[in-house]
Amino acid sequence: MKAIVNVSLKAGVLDSQGKAVHHALNSLHFKNVSDVRVGKQIVLQLDTTDEVKAREDVTKMCEEILANTVIEDYEIELIK
Amino acid sequence: MKVSILQFPGTNCEYDTQHAFESLGATTEIVWHKTESIPEDTNLLVVAGGFSYGDYLRSGAIAKFSPVMKAVIEYANNGGKVLGICNGFQVLTEAGLLPGALKRNEHLHFISKHHTLKVINNDNVFLEKLDKETVLNIPIAHHDGNYYIDQDGLEDLYANNQILLTYSDKNGNVLNPNGSVDSIAGVCNKEKNVFGLMPHPERAMDLLLGSDDGIKMLEGFLSA
Repeated sequence: MKAIVNVSLKAGVLDSQGKAVHHALNSLHFKNVSDVRVGKQIVLQLDTTDEVKAREDVTKMCEEILANTVIEDYEIELIK
Repeated sequence: MKVSILQFPGTNCEYDTQHAFESLGATTEIVWHKTESIPEDTNLLVVAGGFSYGDYLRSGAIAKFSPVMKAVIEYANNGGKVLGICNGFQVLTEAGLLPGALKRNEHLHFISKHHTLKVINNDNVFLEKLDKETVLNIPIAHHDGNYYIDQDGLEDLYANNQILLTYSDKNGNVLNPNGSVDSIAGVCNKEKNVFGLMPHPERAMDLLLGSDDGIKMLEGFLSA
């Protein structure tokens, strides 16, 4: 099973990279973009087929190391 | 006075730090991150600057799982004095020994220059030898020095006098180089035995290199 973890800065925490990309898009005349957030994606190959167990494990990984929950949120997507 | 200095793969300020403390008469020991204990006679434990584990994932994120960190946390919880400089500050926030987190600098640049700092609180073992409002000229060199803490956390910092240093101009007025909340450059924990700061006092030990204001800070760290 594969787990895709998306980590991004929490809403309300200023995302300087997102702001810079937004600015660049506007300079390139993509005027219809109202906000940009830049995050990172971590793809994990898991040795399990148990979805409940997988979600439990990956949540623990996110809390302990993959995200810094002081400033970041995470989303987990499991793919069979 | 014995100063033990942690060394992770990618740490690069450990020898500057050693040189600075030895020039003030301290004995020092470099402690490799795979060591599982802190030298018993340690009076001050320093997490030195650099790029531990190449800053992979987040600055300081991987160092917090090094074998030595269990001993560091135990040492701090028993009241031992711990100082984190630059990457060391990032490691200590990641390890949960200090509140808040260090984000990418607001304007995304790596900043390397001399900057003035203001002493905000001195009712702690680290800065008790310096008067409040003292302005110090100390170099900064970081990419992820933008201190963040939420509103509740910030109020706690103020209530407990945990903000020790802010970035300022040479007259002590706010001058914020990296977007840090309330221009914060250094904080301590509630118990006031763990102190983290982004600037590098160990690089301000000689007028020939632009400033010797680091001597005043490091002498304070040694005397308490």
